[in-house]
Amino acid sequence: MSFRTPLGRVRGLGSAKDGTHHWWAQRLTAIALVPLTVWFAVSILMLAGAERAAISEWLANPVTVGLLVMLIVATFHHGQLGLQVVIEDYVHTEAWKIGLIVFVKFAALLFGGIGIVSVLKLAFAG
Amino acid sequence: MASDPPARRDRPLSPHLQVYKPQWTSVLSILHRITGVALAAGTVLLVWWLAAAASSAEYFAFVQGFMASGLGIVLLIGWAFALYYHLCNGIRHLFWDAGIGLELGPARMSGLLVVAAAAALTVLSAVIALTPQGSPA
Repeated sequence: MSFRTPLGRVRGLGSAKDGTHHWWAQRLTAIALVPLTVWFAVSILMLAGAERAAISEWLANPVTVGLLVMLIVATFHHGQLGLQVVIEDYVHTEAWKIGLIVFVKFAALLFGGIGIVSVLKLAFAG
Repeated sequence: MASDPPARRDRPLSPHLQVYKPQWTSVLSILHRITGVALAAGTVLLVWWLAAAASSAEYFAFVQGFMASGLGIVLLIGWAFALYYHLCNGIRHLFWDAGIGLELGPARMSGLLVVAAAAALTVLSAVIALTPQGSPA
């Protein structure tokens, strides 16, 4: 038997008031990252030790730029979701927990943003 | 404090992980977390490399020089292993999410496979990256 109210069950949000959204977003980004990471690993190995011109040349192709931007978005979204769970599991002081989660989310936005702008600048300005 | 509600008191937490013998499945599980946290830090290095390429040729040469230094190579090989391990074990997790391979035997076998694949891909990548190419690095 369940102790949940019928309204609570139909909303399906659970005690975190978030439902399965966090879990689902982490799986979706994980699925996207499987092919993107394989593509990126192969690409980066071909660019190992390359001149800056070789990177501009690589980013002259819009498909590369699109894939790289998708990779950055999925990586930072996936990463901050994962770090949030790690913090929630191991940091038990409420103020530190909230503070670290906010820091991680802001840092992901900042570094993800810098990464995307860098890729676009290389793509447009060479 | 006496006024704290019962749930707030420091009660013993379960499970006491230190009483368990480490097993393939438990060690690989915590390694997934450790490599995930390491990758979060390593991804900042990647953004540094991209931002350097977008800044100037001189600054990019400086960052490339760091990546080719002893410390840079150790960090990159560590990053590569973390990436390959987290990728392969992540695929293992996605199969588990679909309800596949959760029994003890298959879970142990897939774990061994993930470690072997991550190690092989790391060595292969290091060999490719460190082999001198046509143009000077």
